[in-house]
Amino acid sequence: MKLTIGWLYPSKMNIYGDRGNVLALAQRARWRGLDAEIAPIGLGDPVPREVDVFFFGGGQDQEQVSVSRDLQGPKGQAVKDAVEGGAAMLAVCGGYQLLGHEYRPHDGEPLLGIGLFDLVTVAGRERFIGNVVVDTDFGPLVGFENHSGLTHLGPNARPLGRVRVGRGNNGRDGTEGARHRNAVGCYLHGSLLPKNPRLTDWLIASGLGRRGDGVDLPPLNDAMEQAAHAAAMERAVRTR
Amino acid sequence: MAPRPATRPDLRLGAALVAAKVTGVAIRRLGRGGGTAAPGLVADRIDPDLLGKIAGRLPRGAIVVAGTNGKTTVARMVADVLEAAGLAVAHNRSGSNMVRGVASALAERSSLGGDPLADAGVIEGDEAALPEIVRQVQPRVLLLNNLFRDQLDRYGELATVANRWRAALTSLGSDTVVVVNADDPTLAAITGRISARRLCFGLDESDPRLRLPSLPHAVDATVCGRCGHDLAYDALYSAHLGAWRCPACGNARPRLDVVGREIVLDGVEALRLAVDVSPPAETARRLDLAIAVPGLYNAYNAVAAVAAATAFGVPDDVVIAALGRFRSAFGRIERVVYRDRTLVMALVKNPVGFNEMLRMLTTATDGLTVPTLIAINDLFADGRDVSWLWDVDFELLADGTAPLFTSGIRGPDMANRLKYAGVASERIRPLPTDLATGLDAFVDALPAGETSYLLPTYTAMLELRRVLAARGAVEAFWRQ
Repeated sequence: MKLTIGWLYPSKMNIYGDRGNVLALAQRARWRGLDAEIAPIGLGDPVPREVDVFFFGGGQDQEQVSVSRDLQGPKGQAVKDAVEGGAAMLAVCGGYQLLGHEYRPHDGEPLLGIGLFDLVTVAGRERFIGNVVVDTDFGPLVGFENHSGLTHLGPNARPLGRVRVGRGNNGRDGTEGARHRNAVGCYLHGSLLPKNPRLTDWLIASGLGRRGDGVDLPPLNDAMEQAAHAAAMERAVRTR
Repeated sequence: MAPRPATRPDLRLGAALVAAKVTGVAIRRLGRGGGTAAPGLVADRIDPDLLGKIAGRLPRGAIVVAGTNGKTTVARMVADVLEAAGLAVAHNRSGSNMVRGVASALAERSSLGGDPLADAGVIEGDEAALPEIVRQVQPRVLLLNNLFRDQLDRYGELATVANRWRAALTSLGSDTVVVVNADDPTLAAITGRISARRLCFGLDESDPRLRLPSLPHAVDATVCGRCGHDLAYDALYSAHLGAWRCPACGNARPRLDVVGREIVLDGVEALRLAVDVSPPAETARRLDLAIAVPGLYNAYNAVAAVAAATAFGVPDDVVIAALGRFRSAFGRIERVVYRDRTLVMALVKNPVGFNEMLRMLTTATDGLTVPTLIAINDLFADGRDVSWLWDVDFELLADGTAPLFTSGIRGPDMANRLKYAGVASERIRPLPTDLATGLDAFVDALPAGETSYLLPTYTAMLELRRVLAARGAVEAFWRQ
């Protein structure tokens, strides 16, 4: 069996070490004897039909403008259709914001998203920077937030979890991230997936399982992942 | 620039200087470290213009050195060259490079009346503090070495730093020389239209072993500053540095006034290179340099230092001799003998610097063959976000044989990074996060008489040095 990872805009949206998420997906598939292929999806490229898991990272402001434009029309629709068809997705920070309806800057035109998640992000005055712990269905997730956008979930959005340490979507309502079908969006860098392997395995299993066959991923020795998770948890509690 | 004469006593400045000097002496007497920033903090409360006042009285003016990587090394090279040329130099040599650290260093080298006890200033400036340092100091020479992704939690995006630098450059007049690494497309772009005189340096190296086959992962500045198209490279040397051009609009690396070529690297020890100097309206000449610092990144640093020396008019033979005697700054790369083992310690602080270090350590021996301790902290000065470890190409280590030890506050993250890089799990040896304990466990695992590498982040390096100094293996850094 092969896992195909569709990496949206790897050269434009790749700050904060988000490549680690793609590495985690690929390596954890390979360690189970699966093939893993990373399919880069750049500006103007079509969305391959065989993608099992998408990854969409964060970018610098100027890059997000061209990415937003590229996603309007058929390409954004193709991503949405893939997720509605069961493909898994992890989107972080800028990618997460562009999966909502729009991003409203302090001045200038809103940056349009694709509305996969029912949420809107508004430029804030304060930057949320620091270690984060979020309680989720995947257990406590650890990561590092660094954003000034305030994300407000609409009535049809489900949060990824509740912030135990940190500021989360908007610093007010205690939520962090969003979920829709097998798609997860959030503000957690770190990289997120290498030290939260339960979420990683859920993305792999649900992406591969979208055709209806059950996928059973045998357990791995996660001692190093758990040690990194514990260190991040301890830093979050101590530093915020 | 003509020095501003001290016509009448400046009481506020005098009081600030007395306070700064007393604070510096007190901190060292109390054994609270080097006292590198606190005197500046105290002085700043009394006279916020202290830095500008002292710098303005330096008879030969000041050079400010900035860049993500290499600024401490370049500043020390320039200081050594100016001293070899017979100048007394005031220099924030300890690497304390925020506004207050700079003010502390200049206050220490001035009379209580505020007259500098030096001819020239060499000021290493932090990227975030650079605009304020430039505003106060009004340097004779501003050297911009490179601009890489670094500590996003602290500095913000690369474009943000570049825009702040661009704004700072507009305040400089034609009596300032901006010495710029033109191999860096971002720096070439922000110095394209300035009133100051621009002196461009870079590399023109034909040895294919010193070129990269493609852009590494951890780069940002690869689009044309004029039209936004992706840049192409006729030669790529490190990160996004090289002979770049825009296939769409014809924008390209500007003509180089100071060029490094014929680089020969000698492992983790030294390098040789030729530097051709040919500024407009000057006779072209060549300097053959042999320097006891390793790696391609230090070839860039040496070319930068030669360009700065050119801007100060230092004779070539003085430059060649001074760089020939150069020794690197604390922790940058140094040898320590401890418990009968030789530890080669080299600072790692961001993806580009770490990649260059890995490149140097693995190409010298065709893969990493030496046991190595990587010590990762996540304090403010290291960057609190360890995501940057995922931008470093640790995949380079997957093929080697040497064991890789990890320690520091985020040592467990480092061990996990190595696992995902494909390093065999039996080669990954997580040690206790406490560095004193971790260091001893590492040394215990090494055969006596062997050499090994220590790769710490900034505060991990300070802590390892503190431990080694307490045990008599190295000198305290502020004495160097």
